Amino acid sequence: MKFLVYIETDMGDVVASSWEALGAALSLSDDVEAIVIGDKISVVVEEAVERGAKKVYVVEDETRALFDLERSLADVQNALEMSGADAFLASHTSNGRDLAAALGVSSGAGVIADALELTLEDGALKGVRGVYSGNILVDVTVDGSPQIATLRPRAFAPAEKASEASADVVLMDPADVDSPYEVLEIQRAEKGEISLTEASIIVSGGRGVSKDPELGFDLIRELAGVLGAAVGASRAAVDAGFISYDHQVGQTGKVVRPDLYIACGISGAVQHLAGMGSSKIIVAINKDPEAPIFSVANYGIVGDLFDVVPAMTEAAREKLGK
Amino acid sequence: MRYLVCIKQTPDTAELPKISPEEAESGKLSVNLVVNPWDEHAIEGGLQLMENYGGTTGAVTVGDDGAVDALRSALAMGCKDATLVKHTDEIDAWGVAELLAAAVKHDGDVDVVLTGQMTVDGNSGTVPVALGRKLGWPVLTGVAKIVDLTEDSITVERVVGQTRLTVRTSTPVVLSVIKEIGEPRYPTFINIRKAARVKVPVLTAEDLGVEPPAPVVHVSNYRKPPARDAKVTLFEGTPKEAAAALIDALLEEKVL
Repeated sequence: MKFLVYIETDMGDVVASSWEALGAALSLSDDVEAIVIGDKISVVVEEAVERGAKKVYVVEDETRALFDLERSLADVQNALEMSGADAFLASHTSNGRDLAAALGVSSGAGVIADALELTLEDGALKGVRGVYSGNILVDVTVDGSPQIATLRPRAFAPAEKASEASADVVLMDPADVDSPYEVLEIQRAEKGEISLTEASIIVSGGRGVSKDPELGFDLIRELAGVLGAAVGASRAAVDAGFISYDHQVGQTGKVVRPDLYIACGISGAVQHLAGMGSSKIIVAINKDPEAPIFSVANYGIVGDLFDVVPAMTEAAREKLGK
Repeated sequence: MRYLVCIKQTPDTAELPKISPEEAESGKLSVNLVVNPWDEHAIEGGLQLMENYGGTTGAVTVGDDGAVDALRSALAMGCKDATLVKHTDEIDAWGVAELLAAAVKHDGDVDVVLTGQMTVDGNSGTVPVALGRKLGWPVLTGVAKIVDLTEDSITVERVVGQTRLTVRTSTPVVLSVIKEIGEPRYPTFINIRKAARVKVPVLTAEDLGVEPPAPVVHVSNYRKPPARDAKVTLFEGTPKEAAAALIDALLEEKVL
């Protein structure tokens, strides 16, 4: 089966989970091509080659610096026509999801959305995904051409770099389409702020910070800083105004799957578990030994986060030599 | 101006873990059904548009007779009208989008269609874009704030990954919203009373003059995810002792 993998870029930088989509394709086939759309993307194109794409389609243009659904769709359709790929993969980011949906609906093809696993069966893609917010798993196959799947970030191993890799690079003209979207302003996350969905470690705070929310999240940020972690929060903490919504993990926030999730003062309501239950290792810090979070945690400390979190920061500093 | 909010009736999120694979496969759920939480934010967004820019906000859903309850919740929150597109045959996301698009066209001159970012049962988040493509309208996903609406354009703030974009596009338009658009308002007593008495119009695919496409997504082997084999190890002693032992354990696990 021949794959075309979408490598997402943003102002010239790669969106790292794209390499996981490339890795997934390479684990299923030797015949894997990639498309990189963006502006000032030579480094990304080179990396796509190093990571094993056999051919890389490149659309490099000022109008492509930011993702644009109309333009990206047209570029991908052009590349699919040249490539003749049987399958199209993207990471299930906001943009990857939207692109796959637009491609699928315009070609009458189904999308295996937010897949947790992907295999080939009888020459067709078969995905495993969660429904009912991860409470039920199902197998999914799709009709139509190309076969389309989007992959849950951090569920697949990224394609490895190989030094001796080589590939055809095909420069394509940007598709000649008008976009209805005009970007007036861009606000970026502060430098060094780690994305929750891409983070390998997350330290989260909940209602337990109530007695001094500002200090509580300062302590959590400090620990996160030492561990190189992203900062998360429960809905209770967000709704109480302790921290902004973009930090919310759970049902109506972000779904994350880090290697390590440290829940500080979070009781562990099912809506929170829906967002972080597939983390590899879960640590619970909570005053209440009966808190449901302890039933999914691997490690825990029963205690006040205002005492325990700074002690963890200190221990981590010492033991990690920071 | 006319705003139409597309909603879905989904399980109460607190009861999601109770759903069995058999129930999920048959679609006959024994749990309490409510308005999909993301769609409650879409209703809120639609009501804010009505307050800020004039016009009326309606709600529409695709489902069986029971889905009328979700529409009554939308009416109780303040929507002016509601429509059930009754459809019980198996359809996938593209089928839902086809029916919703037909319902939007049937409604007349809609300026803004609002949806939630995803549903808590299907989880794909692909319907908003599909709906926009079916209508041939622009789609803005991840909408956190509506900045301005004119006769022929809309300006919104979108959250895409870690970036916040202010984007302008032409109307009519499809928006999928996130929680930041606003906390869903509580239904007032008088609205609940009124909503209970409304006769909700019911349309079928035939009434709308469409035939939803046969599913292109095939789902099988419904099962519970493997249980977390986590038996919690608790560290005791002073905070300092417990924290040191915990960090050692995490180093041992190679996750630090």
